[in-house]
Amino acid sequence: MQRREALAGYLFISPWIVGFLVFTLGAMIYSLVISFTNYDLSTNTASPVGIANYQQLFSDPKVMMSLGNTLYYAVMAVPLTVCFALFLAMLLNRLQRSAGIFRVIFYLPVMTPSVAAASVFLLLLNGNEGAIDKFLGFFGIPGPQWLIDPNWVKPSIVLMAMWAVSGTMLIFLAALKNVPTDLYEAAEIDGAGPFRRFFRVTLPMISNAMFFCVVTATIAALQIFDQVYLLFYNSPSSSIPAPDAALFIAVYLFQQAFQQFNLGFAAAMGWLMFVIIMIITVIQVKYGNRFVYYEGDSN
Amino acid sequence: MAITSVPQQIAESRTDMRPAGALTPRRKRRGPGWLIGKIVLWLTLIAFSIAFLYPLVWLLAASFKTRGTVFDNRLIPQTFNFSNYVTVWQHLPLLHWLGNSVYIALLAAGLVTISSSLVAFGFAYFRFPFRNALFGLVLGTMMLPGAVTMIPTYLIWKDLHLLGTTVPLWGANLFGSAFYIFLQRQFFLGLPRELFEAARIDGCSYFGLFRRIALPLSIPSFIIVFIFEFQASWNNLQNPLIYLNFGGAKQYTVPLGISYAMSLYNPQTGGEGDYQYVMTAALIVTLPMLIIFAFGQRYFIQGIATQGRKG
Repeated sequence: MQRREALAGYLFISPWIVGFLVFTLGAMIYSLVISFTNYDLSTNTASPVGIANYQQLFSDPKVMMSLGNTLYYAVMAVPLTVCFALFLAMLLNRLQRSAGIFRVIFYLPVMTPSVAAASVFLLLLNGNEGAIDKFLGFFGIPGPQWLIDPNWVKPSIVLMAMWAVSGTMLIFLAALKNVPTDLYEAAEIDGAGPFRRFFRVTLPMISNAMFFCVVTATIAALQIFDQVYLLFYNSPSSSIPAPDAALFIAVYLFQQAFQQFNLGFAAAMGWLMFVIIMIITVIQVKYGNRFVYYEGDSN
Repeated sequence: MAITSVPQQIAESRTDMRPAGALTPRRKRRGPGWLIGKIVLWLTLIAFSIAFLYPLVWLLAASFKTRGTVFDNRLIPQTFNFSNYVTVWQHLPLLHWLGNSVYIALLAAGLVTISSSLVAFGFAYFRFPFRNALFGLVLGTMMLPGAVTMIPTYLIWKDLHLLGTTVPLWGANLFGSAFYIFLQRQFFLGLPRELFEAARIDGCSYFGLFRRIALPLSIPSFIIVFIFEFQASWNNLQNPLIYLNFGGAKQYTVPLGISYAMSLYNPQTGGEGDYQYVMTAALIVTLPMLIIFAFGQRYFIQGIATQGRKG
């Protein structure tokens, strides 16, 4: 009887096991093998080159440049988007019936396909005639050349990310709703002002959701591709080449793999990304857990 | 890893659907600051609403403008120029793009819903050796960056002689997807186990437990998975760039098509700067998503709220 149940269980999860063996484990091993070869797509042959591809990671200045750009972007984007999402969630949490309509309005950008969003922002962020610079000019602020000036490339992408932040906002909103109201009442009776209530009650009680949002936002930021590709690399024959500041690691990997067809080098780059993302995630999980409050914990 | 500790109560995630009103009792004392606070709150909300809506309204307005007036930043065009819509259909194979995208998104979403649910039911109901270790592995794959498997996956499809078809865009969905397996397992764990035990005693088969009990009782979560994946597939740019970029423009999906249109009309690549056509096409591909959202709003909100409970 138990053996039959186990067998049925394995049968139910068998699609995932097959997929894991082929498209995850198999692909990872395949990728590791390719990264030590020069793979020729036309003949389907891989000639071993030892660690040359990994050496190239350090000799090709564009790898380190794109990595630097990506980390710089992540350091800017993750805190800004997470704090903004929390701020919006706290605003909505103060409303009663009317929260629904604002939730819909705030969420519409998430439903907008990234190509449509990018094509609009490409025009809104135009340094000469774009609406954002016109708006800034209205207050006498000279707007930057968002998509051309290397210093403003990353803020432009952060701005797009903040526009479509409401998925994270909904996670925070759900977490805020689960904070027991008597905690706030107790804090208020004890004379805690709004700031203390935020740092002593709200933040600890939603630390779980905060931790999840920071980890996933970091992983997503380190792999950002769509927005960057559409804003800067969409027209390969363009007379204005993309600024160096816009070369992100996922974009460079894509170029090397599917435009230059240096599959071995690109695979090595994929492993570099994997290692970096893993290290950052492990650090976050290790140190983040200290600040996460688990209900029922004596800690 | 903290990510693997999974709360098992569905009752909790169900409560997210209640209207936001839980905080009323503590605001009975209405001091003089109360009114000012309310006004500031509403002004802030309205300001943010304008900021969130502005690009979409701008897009809508631009789709009616003529070439010279796209950048006038008027939200109500001076003249309504419906000919953009006609021209776009004539210039670009929009119907093909929409057809390809719908076909791929339906297949991708349908397949991943079925496969992920079966796998999730396996993890939720059955007891077998290494179950928790295997489920940990499922969650682990969620953290795996796509960059590592992107190239070998391409070569696998190449070796199977499936390049140039749409199979690479939905084929892997036959095997379930970690995030949806996690989501569905959460829902199945919330179903009372006695239901299944009783059905077993009545002679129901294992597959019958899934089809006759788990499936009908968790239709909302099936819908959540389906629309999440439909949206993901509809928006996906990278995979079509890899797998569909060889054929003619008629094989493109909507995102790839728009990116093609963006470069086609780009003045720096020899286009004439007809951004109004890009805007019109962008609007046409956004509408299906907005319609889905209009009907499935509560599923999106519930699905995302559940996602946050992972930690």
